[in-house]
Amino acid sequence: MKPVKVYIPQDSAALSVGADEVALSVQERAESLNIPLQIVRNGSRGMLWLEPLLEVESKDGRIAFGPVSVEDIDALFEKKFWESREHPLCLGLTEEIPFFKKQERLTFARCGVTDPLNIEEYQKYDGFLGLKNALKMTPQAVCLEVRESGLRGRGGAGFPTGIKWQTVLEAESDEKYICCNADEGDSGTFADRMIMEGDPFSLIEGMVIAGYGVGAQEGLIYLRSEYPYAINILEKAIQIATDNNWLGDNIQGSGFSFSLEVRKGAGAYICGEETSMLESLEGKRGLVRSKPPIPALSGFMGKPTVVNNVLSLTTVPIILAKGASYYESFGIGRSRGTQPFQLGGNVKQGGLIEKAFGLTLRDLIYDYGGGTRTGRNVRTVQVGGPLGAYLGEDQFDLALGYEEMSAGGGMLGHGGVVVFDDTVNMAQQARFAFEFCAVESCGKCTPCRIGAQRGLETMDKVIAGEDVSENLNLLDDLCELMKDGSLCAMGGLTPLPVESAIRNFPNDFNSDNDSRK
Amino acid sequence: MSAFDEWSDNFATHLYEKYKNTKGALLPILHEIQDCLGCIPHAAVLHICDSLNLSKAEVDGVISFYHDFRRENDGRFEIKVCRAEACQAAGSEELVSYIQNRLSQAETQGTFRIEPVYCLGNCALSPSLMMDGKLHGRVSPERFDRLLTLQRTESA
Ligand SMILES: Cc1cc2nc3c(=O)[nH]c(=O)nc-3n(C[C@H](O)[C@H](O)[C@H](O)COP(=O)(O)O)c2cc1C
Ligand code: SF4
Ligand code: FES
Repeated sequence: MKPVKVYIPQDSAALSVGADEVALSVQERAESLNIPLQIVRNGSRGMLWLEPLLEVESKDGRIAFGPVSVEDIDALFEKKFWESREHPLCLGLTEEIPFFKKQERLTFARCGVTDPLNIEEYQKYDGFLGLKNALKMTPQAVCLEVRESGLRGRGGAGFPTGIKWQTVLEAESDEKYICCNADEGDSGTFADRMIMEGDPFSLIEGMVIAGYGVGAQEGLIYLRSEYPYAINILEKAIQIATDNNWLGDNIQGSGFSFSLEVRKGAGAYICGEETSMLESLEGKRGLVRSKPPIPALSGFMGKPTVVNNVLSLTTVPIILAKGASYYESFGIGRSRGTQPFQLGGNVKQGGLIEKAFGLTLRDLIYDYGGGTRTGRNVRTVQVGGPLGAYLGEDQFDLALGYEEMSAGGGMLGHGGVVVFDDTVNMAQQARFAFEFCAVESCGKCTPCRIGAQRGLETMDKVIAGEDVSENLNLLDDLCELMKDGSLCAMGGLTPLPVESAIRNFPNDFNSDNDSRK
Repeated sequence: MSAFDEWSDNFATHLYEKYKNTKGALLPILHEIQDCLGCIPHAAVLHICDSLNLSKAEVDGVISFYHDFRRENDGRFEIKVCRAEACQAAGSEELVSYIQNRLSQAETQGTFRIEPVYCLGNCALSPSLMMDGKLHGRVSPERFDRLLTLQRTESA
């Protein structure tokens, strides 16, 4: 009898709630009962509240069970979960679960479906199609295709990827680099991690295409040290890709050679800023560089360098596989394609939602998220990481797109959405924004280095009820100074969470015990 | 990873050979030393200055810039607790107070150290923490107690 395939993720979110223990327990039980089950450790489907999510292959598609714990294994075997849907944890067909079914998975098409390190399976699911197409095109045509897809950098700034590549292509140098920004420091975000753990070959493929498109021979992936599982999987994937000649010399007989290396970060948020990352890669303190020169002309080791976020690079293969116009047909306004949104914090159904730009925060929070985990009212969401705005109920109908969000006083950033219920104290959140900036500032410029510290002290006074209106005025000035005078967006955007909190939730800042009243 | 557990000439030679062609080798070298020894000892700094042709101030400057690197290993076991927003929204501040309280009790006093981190990429299963390189999500006080017991029996 052919063994039945059972999928249990090795994604670190799944592991964080016991996926390894579940896999081990299923394996042991199947062996002792002599039931032919083959366990595959896949990536996560992104329905993280259901992790560990166990799936069983069936003729209709995969059947999901979750969240499964070791204590459920006895009963699952009693109900013969590999052939019956009777156990109460059964959720039916995975791809019919509304949270999943409503999505548009382009970048994450394979994530959770395949065994991340099975390169044959990667190809069976359209892997390396984009690269094969690219290698038949001229580098110029590759850059043009990316440009026409409308892809914009997913790391936060939203700069058009094709234009960046074009600059590097045109820069004259016999040495060029592709640096992948896998620092993913923004709180509330985990899409880079998920795809590196769940579909690492897509990042490799995207980087080889980038290398071919701009004429670079070497790539570096700057991966944060907080992601040990991702580092491990990616290093293995690089080895496998090299063994199969998808990396290294004369890739698939094309005459193009490209090598790839993972570099571990060292716990500094600012090293996600591209020039700070380059300094760090060169072995220095992560001090932000002043621009110009831009990294595209003078980047790693002073050579022309493409710096792209993980999601920008992992989206490139499908653009080259299906064509720019296919990708461009998704989205709204100047935000083309899809965005992998990340829903976290106090939310009932948290996880990864890849969807064309244009849905609203309300869709995310309620249709996908199902409201808060605590069952209380949603009071605010922070969108776009620690430097993003705190938005209130009256902004939940904003369309999620780059321009649409900034017109509404927010910022899309890397697509993280953190939900808070009505117990949140917004003065504390504003205080934290300064505290975070004080801890993580690179220290190069005064408005940020000193400003964050002053902001923190001033917020403490506001919270203690000392001269509240005077101190709020002071904060106002300080925020203007930080916005105008900071060298990078760390200092320049710290005022965004602070000011949005004050503007949208003024009552949290009007302490009753204002000493002057 | 290499199997060195103290700073030695062999370790120095190993590092030199392994990284002599690496561009920007300082961070990879520091990571490997710290992964093996739990810190970057003074002798290692001197060796790095020599082999990479850097001044001591430059190497010290790099070590102090990054949260990951330590000059001394106090032998305490590190627990990285996420203090960022998605974990705050799910009660991480209460969890931190609980952990602090718990670790100050006699039987665990002085054996663990809490290190704040800002996001472990597990924001949908918050609050999160990392112990011994292992990530844990949806950590409640009860779950923390179980993890602690497990850790103590493993390291005992
Ligand atoms: C303080 C700060 C932190 C940043 N952190 C990241 C990060 O963790 N990951 C990332 O891809 N981009 C980050 N960025 C944006 C990068 O500077 C850069 O715009 C991006 O890596 C370019 O790639 P993209 O065009 O593909 O987005 C950060 C920027 C700033 C100012
Ligand atoms: S704004 Fe802050 S982080 Fe950015 S360069 Fe200035 S001091 Fe460094
Ligand atoms: S904010 Fe805590 S894991 Fe992301």
